Amino acid sequence: MSGLPKYHALKVDAAKCIGCTHCMKSCPAEAIRVVNGLAVIDHERCVDCGQCHRACPTKAFYVEQDDLAQIKSFKYRVILFPSIMIGQFPEKYNEDRIYEGFKKVGFTHVYEVEQPMQLLIDSVKEYCIRPDSIKPAISTYCPAIVRLIQSRYPSLTENLIMRKAPHDLAAHFAIERLMLEGARREEIGLFYATPCIAKIASVKSPVGEEESIVDGVINMNHLYNEVMKVIADGEEIDHSEQRENLSNEGVLWSLTRGESRHFGSRSMAIDGIHNVVRFLERLENDQVHGIDFLELRSCDQSCAGGILLTGNRFLTTERLERRAKRYPSAKDISNTVLKVNTEELKQKLIIDSISPKPVFIFGTDRAKAMDKMERAQRIVCFLPGIDCGACGAPNCHALAEDMVNNKAKMSDCIFLQQMWVDEDRIKAKKAFLNVQKKWGTDRFKADCKKRGRRNEGF
Amino acid sequence: MKLSFSIQGGDFTQAGHPSSQVKKVLKQLGIDGKAIKSIVIALYEAEVNVVAHAYSGTMEVEIEEHKITILVSDEGPGIPDVELAMQAGYSTASKKVREMGFGAGMGLPNIKKNTDELLIKTEIGKGTTIKMVNYFI
Repeated sequence: MSGLPKYHALKVDAAKCIGCTHCMKSCPAEAIRVVNGLAVIDHERCVDCGQCHRACPTKAFYVEQDDLAQIKSFKYRVILFPSIMIGQFPEKYNEDRIYEGFKKVGFTHVYEVEQPMQLLIDSVKEYCIRPDSIKPAISTYCPAIVRLIQSRYPSLTENLIMRKAPHDLAAHFAIERLMLEGARREEIGLFYATPCIAKIASVKSPVGEEESIVDGVINMNHLYNEVMKVIADGEEIDHSEQRENLSNEGVLWSLTRGESRHFGSRSMAIDGIHNVVRFLERLENDQVHGIDFLELRSCDQSCAGGILLTGNRFLTTERLERRAKRYPSAKDISNTVLKVNTEELKQKLIIDSISPKPVFIFGTDRAKAMDKMERAQRIVCFLPGIDCGACGAPNCHALAEDMVNNKAKMSDCIFLQQMWVDEDRIKAKKAFLNVQKKWGTDRFKADCKKRGRRNEGF
Repeated sequence: MKLSFSIQGGDFTQAGHPSSQVKKVLKQLGIDGKAIKSIVIALYEAEVNVVAHAYSGTMEVEIEEHKITILVSDEGPGIPDVELAMQAGYSTASKKVREMGFGAGMGLPNIKKNTDELLIKTEIGKGTTIKMVNYFI
């Protein structure tokens, strides 16, 4: 499987970044280093979880997105969004008003992605009961988790459920429905409103697929602002037809336990990427037994905690839980309402393969790799072990590894440098210049309104 | 390359640290996931054996290009009947240990299953040393 090149929407704004190391320390993939006073992301390692974006006190991380204006080039303009989008809006706006808002922004069709849910539920169930599926079966819903497993837990790749996510389901569903209405494929423009950067990456360069079905991705917070500009209080326009396949299960899908409640006799749901990392570590060591289904989500409170959301994650969850109660169960929505060939749609939910992509390997030559690791091990003995981050690496061990991979120098460690000064091995002036080179001159200036301090926001 | 760890008898909260460390190194060397899994399972079981039965112990790990040798030595009661202990389900673990979810009598059988070579030396009242060797490509 070659697939598309790995796309990352997250970028660092050099004008805002102060190299404060908050992002570097929060990254579960050790993918960030501070170089010349700026955070630099290693795209091979990055899993798009967005922890750095969350941790940044100066909002230096920004998310690239497609231009909303490009929807105009299509006759049928479809906005696909997960149900949590509805949970963002103030209570006074009901679903129909929000749908009307999307129309005013310029879309012709509005589809929440979690429909028709029973198809996906059945498909995942079928996969899980197959004798060759490896337990615990791990959901592929959260793209950051899939990438984390591919890169950091490659042996668990075989546990991943070879089924696509709701946004793929809805995209195919929307196309089928519109073509039934007489639309030609090239007239249909599909746009996905994303709650997080991992979904952007998975839509732009889907794991296990050759090309993306979606024409553009819009950040949910941006779309929220656009809709809020045009949304009106009084209007009553009925858009319920567009939600006729939306179910209780669908509305809850993106929340924690949205999936796990349906599958396996012993299932678990874990949210928050650092929690997931700790659990996968155990799972990989074969210290977890008897669990047959795992729902793993990168964000705290799952998609309600996505970094591109506007609302509070707990309020969003609460609103969706109440909303779900008004919808019928997915199994009570009959296939005749779907109006499309469900067998064909089901076929489209199958992922052919997901291959492991280990990124922590020290090169392919085993002897050389062992030599490097032994050197790194010896270097660690000389480092202070307090993981201060002043070298620009997230911890002493990572620095040692960077050193043997020729990505860092011994003098990057300020403790080693200080020792060398004491032993007269380098001049104090030279040591100072080294640190200044790493962090820039501003870090040494007295300034009560220093960036970073000013932005820490108490 | 060599790695060494000390193991504290009775302290289940710390169990698993050597497994994770060794696993990290093996992954960085690009060793096949299935081979790593066997090694890590054997290593963890051996570690838990020390924690559950002995007073203290050490673990010496030596990784070569196509081979890993793990030596786990403990100061403990020793194993009175090794053959019996190798049988699945046989356990001398205390009630307290079993209540914590350990001591199912699968330790040594699991180690045997997941290692290419296994050598057990034990002396009653003194302690046990086990040597495990796994090969990989």
